[in-house]
Amino acid sequence: MENFVISALVENKFGVLARVAGLFSARGFNIKSLAVGETEDPEVSRMTIVAEADEKILEQIKKQLNKLINVIKVQDLTGADCVDKELILIKVKSGTAKAREKIVQVVDSMGAEIVDIGKKSVTIEETGDEHKINALIELVRPYGILEIARTGKIALQSE
Amino acid sequence: MAKITGSEIFIKSLCEEKVKHIFGYPGGVLLPLFDKLYDEKSITFHLTRHEQGAAHAADGYARATGEVGVCIATSGPGATNLVTGIATAHMDSIPIVAVTGQVKSTLIGNDAFQEADMVGITRPITKHNYLVKDVRDLAQTVKEAFHIASTGRPGPVLIDLPVDVQLAEADFKYPKTIDMKSYKPTYEGHAGQIKKIVKAIEKSEKPLIYAGGGVILSDASGELTAFAKKANIPITTTMMGLGAFPQNNKLDLGMLGMHGTAYANLAVQEADLIIAIGARFDDRVTGRLDTFAPNAKIVHVDIDPSSVSKNVNVDIPVIGDAKVVLKELNKHIKKRDYSKWHNTIKKWKKELPLTYKNDNKLRPQYVVEEINNLTKDENVIIATEVGQNQMWAAQYYTYTKPRTWISSGGLGTMGYGFPAAIGAQIGKPDAIVFDIAGDGSIQMNIQELAMAVIEKIPVKIAILNNGCLGMVRQWQELFYNRRYAFTTLAEDRTNYHPDFVKLAESYGAKGIRVTEKEDVKEAIKASLKEKGPVIIDFIVEREENVFPMVPAGESIDRMMHGLA
Repeated sequence: MENFVISALVENKFGVLARVAGLFSARGFNIKSLAVGETEDPEVSRMTIVAEADEKILEQIKKQLNKLINVIKVQDLTGADCVDKELILIKVKSGTAKAREKIVQVVDSMGAEIVDIGKKSVTIEETGDEHKINALIELVRPYGILEIARTGKIALQSE
Repeated sequence: MAKITGSEIFIKSLCEEKVKHIFGYPGGVLLPLFDKLYDEKSITFHLTRHEQGAAHAADGYARATGEVGVCIATSGPGATNLVTGIATAHMDSIPIVAVTGQVKSTLIGNDAFQEADMVGITRPITKHNYLVKDVRDLAQTVKEAFHIASTGRPGPVLIDLPVDVQLAEADFKYPKTIDMKSYKPTYEGHAGQIKKIVKAIEKSEKPLIYAGGGVILSDASGELTAFAKKANIPITTTMMGLGAFPQNNKLDLGMLGMHGTAYANLAVQEADLIIAIGARFDDRVTGRLDTFAPNAKIVHVDIDPSSVSKNVNVDIPVIGDAKVVLKELNKHIKKRDYSKWHNTIKKWKKELPLTYKNDNKLRPQYVVEEINNLTKDENVIIATEVGQNQMWAAQYYTYTKPRTWISSGGLGTMGYGFPAAIGAQIGKPDAIVFDIAGDGSIQMNIQELAMAVIEKIPVKIAILNNGCLGMVRQWQELFYNRRYAFTTLAEDRTNYHPDFVKLAESYGAKGIRVTEKEDVKEAIKASLKEKGPVIIDFIVEREENVFPMVPAGESIDRMMHGLA
């Protein structure tokens, strides 16, 4: 099974998220990430869904998504030529001055940013594709990750 | 323009949709609506005795007439009682609009008295559903609900209507047209794909049409019949497709699948081309998937893209309405000679006919055959419950017209047949309507006898009473070493639990008991003369089985046959 990325334009109404999520939960599939936000048209939202399923089930889910009355358009961006980004916040232990110095070096080298500094931790913000985000996580993991928050992937197909 | 209340808007909207009948049950939060309905002369309200009966009656009405059926129930338990009926309609793509009362919008989510989240509960069993929060959206919502229910692949739509919205006031203007940017079903089949079908037929030596309920839903029986005859191709139908093609025609192979005819199943396995129209390759049809139709190229005509290549990989898919696509196909099709193929099928029909032991005992198949013999020239609708009764009704009655077979296919809902028969009779008052029932199923909605008696609805309930849950007992006999775990309803065949004749009489209906084969005809004839509902309690052989039978998960040519 592989990860697939679906981008769906949906009506910006109550209950639509539950309908979409229901297609996955009813088949026993976990959504890995889901990001929803308004588009250029305030009556339309875009949902970007990342989930794991085999191809036959993915095909069925796409068709079922299209069948939902509130769904306007479905795009399968898996492996497609597209721009995708995610935002992550990572709170990392920074007990010693030395550790803090090393973390700053990593953050600088990755083009990330420190957005909050506490007594015993720093919070790093990073935007990028999955690859870049995962690399950052691995680089700071040795210092001790306290908490992570991720927005989930958003994507637009390239022209 | 003078403002009117939500209740009035709702009823006026139903009138705009030409609703003539509503099946339902009142309750607290629906008081405003029912008060207005009381004055509406163009709508007849049918008071069922259970909300489930209302949902099935609306469904039976829709199947018999092709119109949208409407049912209504109050919030909470009334609404949840509709759920089985909505799910039944959903699985068989039946257009109904179910209306549920809801608690005051400000109380929603507060665990108010008789509150249930109906939009949440029915989300996976409706084509679409609505919670109306603003009275100004109500007319548009009703318009959309009827449009969605009846177009594309039809299905149930639920409208949840809070009591304060029924009381709030707004201007009423019913939308004339509808344009939903996210809902536009495809009716026209792709011309190139249709050409491919024609080519595939030209290359085929052993073609077979496999038609389903979609043909009936799109009123395409005429086009299907013309197609089969013009192309000279044998045809099998699913259970949902019974009546889509006249079974007295020699091209007909009857039903396929788990309890289909041997010759239909053998034809599927032997065919080099299967033309599926308005069917969905259900597991009861295909049996073991990887051995299904091993030699065939598969054509699939369906209005729902999600049905295509869901279970069986399709070689030539055509997304479109069965009627429209068949019309187009009929323009290009030529008659071809398949005499070798026809002869093979003829031989199977002769060697492996549908049969049962025709002795002096009262056997259920005989009852269905006699109903057929005595009514075949009439305008008849056969509704069924679920289980053995349903399969015998499918096998031993000859269906020649669409919308004459009314049965819960996908969900297999026990208790469906009787209220659905009532709905069908109300929609088709001139028809003779039978509910072929089992002694198990009939007890699940027997309470609707009260409405049938009071409204003089002359449904004939033929109970094939074997004192047990016959289909489950059959599986226990065949696969569970005859251990009849909790499937016996009446051990003693002479003391009745219940006594259906007395039960009928207690409701004010006619009850007839038949224990001998020789009395079957007279009882059926007597029931045809009644002006109100009749129960005929046929005390039939207990250990009678439905054959042929493909064991679950087996290849459909591996049929078990009974002893005749």
